[in-house]
Amino acid sequence: MITLNGEPVAAIGSVADLLGRRLGDPAPSGVAVALNGEVLPRAQWPATPLADGDVVEVVTAVQGG
Amino acid sequence: MSATTDPFVVAGTVLSSRLLLGTGGLPHVSLLGPVLDAARPGLVTVSVRRASSLSDGSLLGALRAAGVRLLPNTAGCLSAREAVLTAELAREALGTDWVKLEVIGDERSLLPDVVELLEAAEQLVRRGFTVLPYTTDDPVVARRLADAGCAAVMPLGSPIGSGLGVLNPHAIEAVRAAVDVPVVLDAGVGTASDAALAMELGCEAVLAATAVTRADDPVAMARALRLAVEAGRSARGAGRIPRRAVARASSPMSGRIA
Repeated sequence: MITLNGEPVAAIGSVADLLGRRLGDPAPSGVAVALNGEVLPRAQWPATPLADGDVVEVVTAVQGG
Repeated sequence: MSATTDPFVVAGTVLSSRLLLGTGGLPHVSLLGPVLDAARPGLVTVSVRRASSLSDGSLLGALRAAGVRLLPNTAGCLSAREAVLTAELAREALGTDWVKLEVIGDERSLLPDVVELLEAAEQLVRRGFTVLPYTTDDPVVARRLADAGCAAVMPLGSPIGSGLGVLNPHAIEAVRAAVDVPVVLDAGVGTASDAALAMELGCEAVLAATAVTRADDPVAMARALRLAVEAGRSARGAGRIPRRAVARASSPMSGRIA
């Protein structure tokens, strides 16, 4: 299992696969990913496999001051 | 004065307006277009949050359609570590290395934690960011932030969302005198006169969010703040008369009828 945005999720495939399953797009624009506390550049999403214990944050822009 | 004769420059970039706009608090994203048309802001802030779906894409879509320059913030961060990672994520997601750096001390006051703020600012400047820190109205802290390489300093007029205006105008003037980078009044603006006062005190720009987004009529308030910022800037340049304790006639006293 991995932790995705604070929730436990099965560790299957790559980061891009995860985005495809969760957001319906493996390369969504306006989105950034942190893997274990470090930004994972967009170009590395397809080739980065998920491993048990990974902590993944997926963020986007929202209204804010 | 206008954007061409009196340009607002931050980090070598000419911004189109001295009014900066936050998007937080709008009752519906459909108001964003009309608010942007009325405010014509030089920068528009957004926050970075966990994505559960891509429904928020409509926000970025509307902002990009309006052609505005984005300023992601690190709102809600309580430590330098969180703020630096949030800024890095914003840079990756939005393709800008500009950041409104916020590190708050607690969630009740929302006041800046200036120790963590300075630490985060130093780290982000080293990483190539253009850093605009939300800070207290303390001229010593402002100078430390400017010395750290921040592109502007953004002192609060009063607490975030309070609408109390500029509580300590002397402190804002002291901040203005303490740094060579632009001073942007951030937080506390409740209505047009607050924005005009900030500009009259010498601020180069005003950032408002709640004042617009939670007004009864956000579009009308957006226009009012744009005009107030322009008016205040013009008044600053015009040089106000000194305050006097006694009257001074403007009509001639000689030649009056008996």
